[in-house]
Amino acid sequence: MLKVDAISKSFRGLKAVSSASFEVPQGAIVALIGPNGAGKTTCFNMIAGVFAPDSGRIIFQENEIQDKRPDQVCVAGIGRTFQIVKPFAGLSVLDNVMVGALLREKSASSARALALGVLKKLKLEEKKDYPASALTLPDRKRLEVARALATRPKLLLLDEVMAGLRPTETDLMVEVFRDLNRTDGLTILLIEHVMRAVMALAQKVVVLHHGEIIASGAPAEVVRHPAVLECYLGEETEV
Amino acid sequence: MKQKVLLLVLFAVLLIFPKVVNPYLLSVGTLILYLAYTGQAWNVMMGFAGQLSLGHSLYVGVGAYAAAAIFVHYGIGPWAGVWLAIAVCVAIGAAIGFLAFRFGISGVYFALLTIAFAEFTRIGFDHLNWTGGSGGLFLKVAQRDQIDLANFRGPPEMYYYSILILVFAALVLCNYLLKSKAGYYWQAIRENEEAAQALGINTFRWKMLAVVISSAMTAVSGVFFAFYYNNLFPEQIFHISRSIEIILAPIIGGVGTLFGPILGAVVLTVLSDSITELLAYFGWEIPGIKQVFYGIVLLLVIMFLPHGIWPPLARKLGLAK
Repeated sequence: MLKVDAISKSFRGLKAVSSASFEVPQGAIVALIGPNGAGKTTCFNMIAGVFAPDSGRIIFQENEIQDKRPDQVCVAGIGRTFQIVKPFAGLSVLDNVMVGALLREKSASSARALALGVLKKLKLEEKKDYPASALTLPDRKRLEVARALATRPKLLLLDEVMAGLRPTETDLMVEVFRDLNRTDGLTILLIEHVMRAVMALAQKVVVLHHGEIIASGAPAEVVRHPAVLECYLGEETEV
Repeated sequence: MKQKVLLLVLFAVLLIFPKVVNPYLLSVGTLILYLAYTGQAWNVMMGFAGQLSLGHSLYVGVGAYAAAAIFVHYGIGPWAGVWLAIAVCVAIGAAIGFLAFRFGISGVYFALLTIAFAEFTRIGFDHLNWTGGSGGLFLKVAQRDQIDLANFRGPPEMYYYSILILVFAALVLCNYLLKSKAGYYWQAIRENEEAAQALGINTFRWKMLAVVISSAMTAVSGVFFAFYYNNLFPEQIFHISRSIEIILAPIIGGVGTLFGPILGAVVLTVLSDSITELLAYFGWEIPGIKQVFYGIVLLLVIMFLPHGIWPPLARKLGLAK
């Protein structure tokens, strides 16, 4: 469904991502992991159209999207959340989600119905009339997901939506995404540090380190991969 | 429901207002409605879409000059003139919007751009002989007791009722816009443009729409201004103090709310006129006292009611949703 083909990006000479390639098959849940500063969010931003890669191609459902704007990428069917949440603070929770829903719903009333459904899925419906600014961080993370889901994406990009959640809340989110994946066939690409969530969700894990992909495969294999252990724990040396 | 009843009562009062007051109060009432309408037009851009214009006098002035000039020179009445005014103002608004939004100018820099355009238009009109230059453009003041709707000439009451209709129309339009896709998208852009774009909103296009609607509405306000006051001077109509005057009512009343511009216009005009009256009554002649007063009120509102008067009032009246 999504094919990232040798994308690179430098910021003022600093290589953030260099020639990264990976694929997200239709219906899969893929996790992008790696230490801080590995280039995960840069990868996300390139896929989401925030900035174009210096080189390489991003192909989504047979179309090259690397030069598209964020709104065009969203229209094409890729929804995203932001690592640093960006709620529409002055609007109610429901209105926040309605903004997303209006992308594919013609009338305000059908958008409201869709938004309410999404809020229910994310267990936010009781807070629908709260201003978004009154939400706690876990709820704001949920709101990010709800808004993105309301655009009816085919592929959902989740940027650390589990960070700052308690284990029980994490499990709840995992359950939500599993359900979306299973029943709605939603494909998910997530950046995550919370390994509990990664191991529970992902069918495939891609590991980025210093902007390069050092390993990819099934979660259980990847966490035992020597290069991965090295970048997280340091090199093993004989003493 | 309660909202509708209150609205009906308000409009009934406004309808009989000219019948029961003296000419002075009628002129005050007309001014209030004029400020309410113009404030509403500005509110579409700033209050809804979050694009701060500090040069809205540009659209009032260009709209006024466009309709007045073809009336003075060719005898073409304002019913045709208003379309010319709207066309010119929309073209200017679109040009400014295009320049700003294409090159990512936003926030205070966008505001500066709007001031710049208003200012150099003022200087341009100072030297435009066709419209009388800095000496001004004057409309013939014919008999004021006969209503000549075709040329929009008539007694003060006629102007009062026309601006009242405009205020009502603007209220209906803005209410509709706020509840439509445009309203949601504008507010999303206002609150967080990056997040709005990530939700598939073509922010450029929607911001352009806000500027176009706002400038078109303000053009009509300019036409009204020209035919009500009958004289236009670039120094006066394009001046930045005019732009500030336009934005005060919605700010005091509540930026981004439907009734804020109307309430703000009432509060500001009534207060400033009563202080003028009071000063005259006590025989105090202090130059600039009105401006000082404006400043103080603004300070107080910003300190105690940072979202304007309307939101807390609406909550008190049980009108907030």
